[in-house]
Amino acid sequence: MSDAEELRHLMATEGDAISLNTKGFNRGRYDSVSRLDDYDELKDKARAIKEDAIERLPELIDQLEETIAENGGTLYIADDEDDANEYIREVVADREAERVVKSKSMTSEEIEVNEALEADGVEVVETDLGEWVLQVADEAPSHIVAPAIHKSRDAIAELFNERFDLDEPLETAEELTQFAREQLGELIEDAQVGMTGANFVTADTGTMALVTSEGNARKTVAATDTQIAVAGVEKVVPTVEDMQPFVELIGRSGTGQDITAYLSLLTPPVGTPNVDFGDDETPLSELDADRDFHLVLIDNGRMAMREDDDLRETLYCIRCSACSNSCANFQQVGGHAFGGETYSGGIATGWEAGIEGLDTAAEFNDLCTGCSRCVDACPVKIDIPWINTVVRDRINGEKEGQFDFLVDGLTPDEEDTSPSLQKRFFGNFETVAKVGSALAPASNWLANTTVSRQAMQRVLGVDARRELPKFTRETLVEWFADRETAVRNPDRRAVLYPDLYTNHVQVERGKAAVRVLEALNIDVVVPKVASSGRAPLSQGMVSTARDHAERVSAALLPHIEDGRDVVVIEPSDLAMFHREYKRLLDQSTHESLAGNSYEVMEYVYGLLENGASVDILTPAMGERVAYHSHCQQRTLGLEGHTTAVLERCGYDVLTSDVECCGMAGSFGYKSDYYDVSVAVGNDLRDQFTDADASDRTVVASGTSCLEQLDDLLERPTRHPIQLLAGDRR
Amino acid sequence: MSASSLDTFVSALDTQDVPCERTTRSSFVETLETHIRGPTVGVPLGDLGVELSETDVTVDPTPAQLKAAHTGVTPASFAIADYGSVVIPDSSDGAELVSLFVNRHVVVVEAEDIVPEMEAAFARFGEQFRTHLDSGIIATGPSATADMGDLVFGAHGPKEVHVIILEPTDE
Repeated sequence: MSDAEELRHLMATEGDAISLNTKGFNRGRYDSVSRLDDYDELKDKARAIKEDAIERLPELIDQLEETIAENGGTLYIADDEDDANEYIREVVADREAERVVKSKSMTSEEIEVNEALEADGVEVVETDLGEWVLQVADEAPSHIVAPAIHKSRDAIAELFNERFDLDEPLETAEELTQFAREQLGELIEDAQVGMTGANFVTADTGTMALVTSEGNARKTVAATDTQIAVAGVEKVVPTVEDMQPFVELIGRSGTGQDITAYLSLLTPPVGTPNVDFGDDETPLSELDADRDFHLVLIDNGRMAMREDDDLRETLYCIRCSACSNSCANFQQVGGHAFGGETYSGGIATGWEAGIEGLDTAAEFNDLCTGCSRCVDACPVKIDIPWINTVVRDRINGEKEGQFDFLVDGLTPDEEDTSPSLQKRFFGNFETVAKVGSALAPASNWLANTTVSRQAMQRVLGVDARRELPKFTRETLVEWFADRETAVRNPDRRAVLYPDLYTNHVQVERGKAAVRVLEALNIDVVVPKVASSGRAPLSQGMVSTARDHAERVSAALLPHIEDGRDVVVIEPSDLAMFHREYKRLLDQSTHESLAGNSYEVMEYVYGLLENGASVDILTPAMGERVAYHSHCQQRTLGLEGHTTAVLERCGYDVLTSDVECCGMAGSFGYKSDYYDVSVAVGNDLRDQFTDADASDRTVVASGTSCLEQLDDLLERPTRHPIQLLAGDRR
Repeated sequence: MSASSLDTFVSALDTQDVPCERTTRSSFVETLETHIRGPTVGVPLGDLGVELSETDVTVDPTPAQLKAAHTGVTPASFAIADYGSVVIPDSSDGAELVSLFVNRHVVVVEAEDIVPEMEAAFARFGEQFRTHLDSGIIATGPSATADMGDLVFGAHGPKEVHVIILEPTDE
């Protein structure tokens, strides 16, 4: 099956359930964190604890080893899967256990311990209801927190009715749950060994935290006399108190619950009496609590990730699933597409690259569009898009490009590695745009002929269904150069950044920005500047992106030193300046550029706040608009400025509440992803075509959003700055 | 405990639909009896200054009695006001088992033992765990799952939780 076919198949079979559940979790997250007074403080605190713990990890592990030995348990550090499984098999064999009951743990999935134990003839039973459903169905998890999220109630009922000899068919969630509880209850009560994960382990006391809602982890520990806890080495934190911010964030971030029903803080071996449920004579208080405890901490590539400047942040992950739930693509395709052998969702690339290798990560890494919606969702503020970009770069390096002889001479990129021809095409879009403008309108006509579209689809994987951008003959920079400025005594001076699209395609929004700024008495210049490097960065071409960053900063810094503000129309480029340039440039260059760059509507907002009169702008008499902010603009916290400015000008503004339009740069152009892109976009289309929105003028901040909206809607779209410019020439 | 912690705790329980009753030691037995259903087991509440001996509760049950029980009565070590959580001790009298292997958990907590928020709770855990190597379960509402396509209570643990808060008699 091609990637496109596989994605279509998953969307058709699992998409509805995935979508319903992840969107529900995500809405829950917004509601739950909005009730926290100190959400940002908690995130900062959580992040600081993880940074410190990973920094001091070897020392903390040594401390933990001593602590656990003093408590009467055993700590075993396993180098890899085989090492871990061998140890676990010995413990189970020593106990002469016939059945191991397990509480859900991703780390145990990672080492495939079930298979290892079953090979020894040991029965292994998953006790988390979702995980048990998958065990019965013989399927893999599709979500870090809710493994069977892709299965609907009907599908589970069908599965149970088929697999178990039932007198009455099960139907409701209540009936299914009750059935599972009874089945599992007996299996747990007779088991000898309980296996759990560990969400956190404290070095000072050897206390482990288990976060569950069902109570299966509690029963797994209480009903067995031997506990094996399996966790990655990165789970160690210094003290008991350090668990507090995580406890407050984990449920909210994942499923949108303020807190899960149970948070077990166990300092094993636990003191709960050992019970044999058939015992009708001995009172609980007279039973002993002889218990054996083994903590198996698994390295499996993690210590190497700790040394890796780009992958290290992955180890801060607390497995909450917020990155999956907030991801517009994940919401459509789920973890069976957007995931590797164990982990799924945005952070999975980092995990799979670290523990399995680049081959596994490569299978799904391109599903991250870098929209950055997960960055704010992550309770430990991991820069997930950056990890995905770096891994993409490394994958590019591993693949031999098939068409290098074709493109090497034509593409001016800085790549020593060999990205695919498609990646090099999109990554070098600046060159395409320059040629496109120089040859317009012939280039537009040529590109859209059937022959060209078929060739582009075949060679470059550019989907023939997506309309191509139309290059203008006169670029914004050329237009500006021929123009006289009308501003004599300016209030401020600005340099308008001519991003790739504004300069070559969306020239009208650039002209509108110049006119609005000049009307507000700003002296504007539009110099020739390189494109930001967003296009190569999206393809994982990091050195090319760095080259762009250096050229952009070299061109803009003299203007900044000259006292000009940098005004940026394209939010994805502003996001580059603010976020990714931190990784690509030296600190002072980055700070200078980021500190003086503003999104155009943010800038207008600032001018109005500082005394500019709104009357200068084109007034609207309650005109109704539907506004979609750009995903990266929202991550930067800049969505509200546009709304505020439009409202001040007299517009009635409806804002979209979907995570992302589904386009995100070149994503929707690619044949493999076109269908996913449209599926994601349907949420936005639905919102902007419903009764309250269908008559509204559609405005969007980003180029890709506008392109996606043009494809999805039957009415024209514009950048909001064009509304403010009105008929101004 | 401040009056506001008590109020916060009560309203947090209310949002979880966990029935809660404030009572005094002298009215405890009477209050408890309205909350128990079916065969009931319990662990001693001596540390809280109340006794189960005058009730129908089987104190210190055998494992078989526990398995047959519908209701379980245990103390909470303390409660966390803003989450409406109770902390179940992991004690040798089996509080963990009695709170978990039943359909209905009745938990008794002293008003004095309600801490305002999670930070205070973890300060207390830190001190306690470093000294006694203890364990504890922060339990918030009944056992729940959404894995079967809808939210259902009573996945592996109790379907219902009832909280009884003991207030000083002279108030």
